[in-house]
Amino acid sequence: MLERLYHMLVKEFIQVLRNPRMRAVLFVVPVAQTIIIGYAVNTDVRHVPMAVYDLDRTPATRDLIARFEGSGCFDVVRRIASEPEIQKVLDSGEAKAVLRLNRGFAEALSGGGSAQAQFLLDGSDSNTASVALSYASRISADFNRSLLEQRFARTAGVRLDAEPVALASRAWFNANLDSRNYFVPGVLAMLVAVLSIILSSMSIVREREVGTMEQIMVTPIGRLEFILGKTIPFAAIGFVDVALIALISVFWFRVPMLGFPPVLFLGTGLYLLSTLGVGLFISTVSSTQQQAMMTAFFFMLPAFMLSGFVYPIANMPKIVQLLTYLNPLRYYLVIIRGVFLKGLGLEVLWPQMLALTALGTIMLLLAAGRFRKTMG
Amino acid sequence: MSAVPGTLAVTLRDLERRFGDFVAVNRISLDVRQGEIFGFLGPNGAGKSTTIRMLCGLLEPSGGQGTVAGLDIRTQREEIKRSIGYMSQKFSLYDDLTVEENIDFFSGIYRVPKEKKAERKAWVLDMAHLQEHRRTRTGLLPGGWKQRLSLGCALLHEPRVLFLDEPTSGVDPLSRRSFWDLIYQMASEGVTVFVTTHYMEEAEYCDRLALIYRGELVALGTPGEMKGGLMADQVLRVACDRSHEALGVAATVAGVRDAALFGRDIHLMTEDAEALAPRLRRSLEEGGFQVGAVERITPSLEDVFVSLIEARDRADGAQKEFKA
Ligand SMILES: Nc1ncnc2c1ncn2[C@@H]1O[C@H](COP(=O)(O)OP(=O)(O)OP(=O)(O)O)[C@@H](O)[C@H]1O
Ligand SMILES: [Mg+2]
Repeated sequence: MLERLYHMLVKEFIQVLRNPRMRAVLFVVPVAQTIIIGYAVNTDVRHVPMAVYDLDRTPATRDLIARFEGSGCFDVVRRIASEPEIQKVLDSGEAKAVLRLNRGFAEALSGGGSAQAQFLLDGSDSNTASVALSYASRISADFNRSLLEQRFARTAGVRLDAEPVALASRAWFNANLDSRNYFVPGVLAMLVAVLSIILSSMSIVREREVGTMEQIMVTPIGRLEFILGKTIPFAAIGFVDVALIALISVFWFRVPMLGFPPVLFLGTGLYLLSTLGVGLFISTVSSTQQQAMMTAFFFMLPAFMLSGFVYPIANMPKIVQLLTYLNPLRYYLVIIRGVFLKGLGLEVLWPQMLALTALGTIMLLLAAGRFRKTMG
Repeated sequence: MSAVPGTLAVTLRDLERRFGDFVAVNRISLDVRQGEIFGFLGPNGAGKSTTIRMLCGLLEPSGGQGTVAGLDIRTQREEIKRSIGYMSQKFSLYDDLTVEENIDFFSGIYRVPKEKKAERKAWVLDMAHLQEHRRTRTGLLPGGWKQRLSLGCALLHEPRVLFLDEPTSGVDPLSRRSFWDLIYQMASEGVTVFVTTHYMEEAEYCDRLALIYRGELVALGTPGEMKGGLMADQVLRVACDRSHEALGVAATVAGVRDAALFGRDIHLMTEDAEALAPRLRRSLEEGGFQVGAVERITPSLEDVFVSLIEARDRADGAQKEFKA
């Protein structure tokens, strides 16, 4: 058993690592992608280009505009002089938002009435739009509050207590750091899934396509020896990648590593068990590499969408939520974020570990069971 | 056939394999003796590879029985795999491994004992003339060298029965010759060789032959037997100009069962060559052809096979008409 396994491993490692292009794909690309995505993922909305249509041109309107600019969320890129221009700047994408202040704005304010301002948003990027809208509401609320304070001070000499708005503002402005911390570990989970599933899903079917499978099947090699021989090298490569990406996250992006790294590695091992199990299973049921590639792709897409990485699982319909229990990514994301950001250990993460172990074992056994030493 | 147990390396009894409705191997029965070079001949799609795969434990038979080295091909597949060598029709060593790495891999998988490993490796490298190329990527070797390496890897564990599926296809004649020298060498050491081929001259090298066609066994015997007794028809060789056109005319002459081109000559199958010769010459000359020699010849293996296959086609055709 061990001798055959050893020779399988030697062969697999040579085949995977001999090709310089393959080495680059396995080790350079994940690192580069982590760095690029690390910089790119930024769900915080800042510097939204905004156009201003100021019909009033009074100190009051200038004050409000200045507040928008001063928030850092909006950049005034253009002053609009006519109604049709509003449509134009939004259509062309020159501005994502338009602030329209009607004539009589200041008058209404000083008269103690309610002044009308209109905030128009390009809603095609709903995420940005909703965040920008909440910024805008906050800015106008601030504006209202200071007006009220002034008014009260003027009329009654009473000081209004500050509203608890300040609390919310902190969350918004600290988000820059938070979102990266939240995303970079997720990227790690994704990259490792892509690598391990694609590598393993191609591995057996490639031998079948090239014809080497026929020669292997006529040897006395055992099914488990063969499957393990295909699993272990990819798992090892997966570990190296996780280590590289984790180091970049911690030392480059300053993602906090609050937990105990070996917990992360245990979780990674179990996670790889399940992704490789899925990949090898795909490989045993496919008859061409192209088929395997397509199947792997169709597995990965929903696996990412339904992992909690993109959308919160709690917001999904009940049936879909149940489905996510079969998704290894779901558990690994909890483990990885738990270890990185919350410093969690096995005492909390054991259910996820257990789930990954079960999924991985079942998938690998299925793959070994599907793998036949006969053709046709 | 002398059925002393232990002297038969391979036996097939009504062996059958279907793919859906299609019968790829149709109830073939034959025996291969120990130490024999047994040739398995047939045109493309005849069922040669399918039969070999069933014998090697790669395909499950749909019906019938078979044994290899005394082991049942249905129930003892893994045992069979330990005692046979197999070279598939398609080159199937790892192209991205070096010569040496391929040898090491297969000797590891076959669990060649440690103390024998170095010796077996040296033997393969010598046999395949690859001593200087041990560190060459296998994919870069010329075809003939690859085949020798394949053979070597199939022999690492010193199997008693060797299955070779078209081992020399796509290889130049010189390499083919030297490959056959290796096969002879194996056979002289007592290894049974079961080999499929397309090449008629290779068929002549075999101790015994089976001809299969459309999954059925058509003929079985030594090359000599095949050429001598198996053919009811006689062969008439006709040398003639514009032989291509002449072929059409010759085929219509009464008494000609079959006509085929062999180089520039026409070979005709007939029951009575002596009677046909003058009639044929007349017909061709009337057609404006320049006719040279017209003579009866001893059939070559190719003649025999063509004639047997044509006969089989005629029989099948008649049967179909009868059924319709
Ligand atoms: N897995 C399969 N599924 C369906 N049909 C098959 C399968 N394998 C072989 N066949 C069919 O069975 C027939 C015999 O194939 P086989 O490969 O045994 O022929 P062969 O004698 O080896 O021919 P060749 O000289 O081309 O190698 C062919 O018609 C082939 O199409
Ligand atoms: Mg074949």
